[in-house]
Amino acid sequence: MHGLVALLSGIIFSLGLGISGMVNPNVVIGFLDIFGTWNPALVFVMGGAVMVNLGLFNMIIKRKKTYSGGKLHLPTNSKLDKSLIIGSVLFGMGWGIAGICPGPAVANIFLLNPITLTFVGSMLGGMLIYKFTLGKNH
Amino acid sequence: MDLMSSMPPLAGGILIGLAASIMLFFNGRITGVSGLIGMSLTKITRANDWRYLFIAGLILGSVLLNFVNPTFYDYQLPFGFGKAIVAGLLVGFGTRLGRGCTSGHGVCGLPRLSKRSLVVTLTFMGVAIITRFIMKQF
Repeated sequence: MHGLVALLSGIIFSLGLGISGMVNPNVVIGFLDIFGTWNPALVFVMGGAVMVNLGLFNMIIKRKKTYSGGKLHLPTNSKLDKSLIIGSVLFGMGWGIAGICPGPAVANIFLLNPITLTFVGSMLGGMLIYKFTLGKNH
Repeated sequence: MDLMSSMPPLAGGILIGLAASIMLFFNGRITGVSGLIGMSLTKITRANDWRYLFIAGLILGSVLLNFVNPTFYDYQLPFGFGKAIVAGLLVGFGTRLGRGCTSGHGVCGLPRLSKRSLVVTLTFMGVAIITRFIMKQF
């Protein structure tokens, strides 16, 4: 059941990334280029997603459990530390350079474009470097 | 951008939100793509099955959408191998250190009114905009 839900959620998420234009790095870069010919598409993508979850997420969180009475695994750490900020700065640099974040990176794999695959491989490499250095204790 | 062209991004955003809410309601999990991938790399275990299946769903979703309408995936990559390597490393390492990306902190964190996610989201968006601006100067 959990597996089927995850697969379905992944498919719907991916359809959303595709239809919204998030899979196309030019759309993302057009949004980030606020000093040029700005493309506000991402405002609608983020706005739509946050709007839906503002309703649904909070309804689910209010009932404190899943559909079948299971536990909600919500982030408990609300601390804002230096590593969190440094991490988001590094991510922002990478996102700014390529216009691709992790979701669209995976959603684009099927195109088998060697440059996209290089990005994905390098992203996995970055995650592994984290795992074996700063993330050793996680 | 006129009203008509803002519809696909909005519709896509709503789908992304729905996918995350389905995941939370049935599986009690936050849909953070960088975390999902990062945790999958930790070790191959049954406990990660739902993560592998979500990732499979991301790939399957784009294959399906591309079959119905290939225009969403018909774009020219705005970067080459060099930038793919650098940006991939930054995105991979940064999202793990920053504990999340556009989905975890943006799509899921903002609706929970998490201050931490708001700061992270504003940081990576701000840095991405500045990165873009600097790149345009060269």
